[in-house]
Amino acid sequence: MSREGWIVSVIAVCALCTLFERALPFLIFRGERVPEPVRYLGRVLPMAIMTTLVFYCLRTVGFGTAAAFAPQLISCAVTAALHLWKGSTALSIAGGTICCMILTQFVF
Amino acid sequence: MKKAFRYSLRHSLPILISFIPVGLAYGILMQTSGLNWIWTGVCSLFIFAGSLQFLAVSFFAGGVSLAAVAVMALLLNSRHIFYGLPFVERWKRYGPWKLFLIYALPDEAFSLHCSNSFDDGNEEHRKWSQIFDALLILVYWIVLSILGALIGSLISFDTAGIDFALTALFLVILIEQLKASGGSRFPALIAALSSVVCLLFFGPDGFILPSLMITVVGLLAFRGRIGGKEKEAGHE
Repeated sequence: MSREGWIVSVIAVCALCTLFERALPFLIFRGERVPEPVRYLGRVLPMAIMTTLVFYCLRTVGFGTAAAFAPQLISCAVTAALHLWKGSTALSIAGGTICCMILTQFVF
Repeated sequence: MKKAFRYSLRHSLPILISFIPVGLAYGILMQTSGLNWIWTGVCSLFIFAGSLQFLAVSFFAGGVSLAAVAVMALLLNSRHIFYGLPFVERWKRYGPWKLFLIYALPDEAFSLHCSNSFDDGNEEHRKWSQIFDALLILVYWIVLSILGALIGSLISFDTAGIDFALTALFLVILIEQLKASGGSRFPALIAALSSVVCLLFFGPDGFILPSLMITVVGLLAFRGRIGGKEKEAGHE
């Protein structure tokens, strides 16, 4: 296979596998009525998955040195505090991110 | 429609910021692997999954079979199989756009759909706000990764830490969901417990699939306890 052919094949396989996983719930529950346990999961899963995604973003946090956890965890606290105080999504994200950049680049 | 578009522009802004370092880095990596900006654009358009696209760069060098590529692709993004569940019913009414929303469903789009609060009383406009959300982040991703390939090497601005924007977005959405949960925060609790346990057992690279599976089982097991109390989680 030529180099281009191989690259196209890899892209196609990656694209199809990703599409398949994203489409799976829709392929399984194609019928008119969605089973009640699935509707229930649809209601409770967003909060559960967002929680898991926060852990996913923080998965590389380690506790060996301060630099391995402090910037991320302090920035999380800053983001949460800003959000509970002002309730502005833009402000909370900007504040947390700038805090993390300063801590990463200049403090730790 | 215009209002929905303006809403989506604002709503997707945190994603744009978080894509800046990742998209640029991806384009640069592709370029240094001998693949020009066209390949970068093709990957971003067709795969549209950040971590898998990074992994695919190592596949391009060869030395693996297509079957192995498929297995690794399926495993790496296995969390995506849960992302459609909350939308199975709603998107049925979206006609052909359902297919686009399914295709364009990475972590970032899922988080936007979970936090979409656009509501002017018109279901059609609500649909468009979700489509615009997905479309905008797709465009951001393609444009930024191509920019990385074209001019990435010229950028010397230190972006270390800017990737926290995505963490912050997820955290803010979670806080909003907890505030709107109307009592039951059990889904967050069980997901947090399961994440911590699975991180300890499986480590950072393999924790997310077992963790989500345990969470689903746990949510189903305690369905009687929280099913009644649980109103709309998030805004969906």
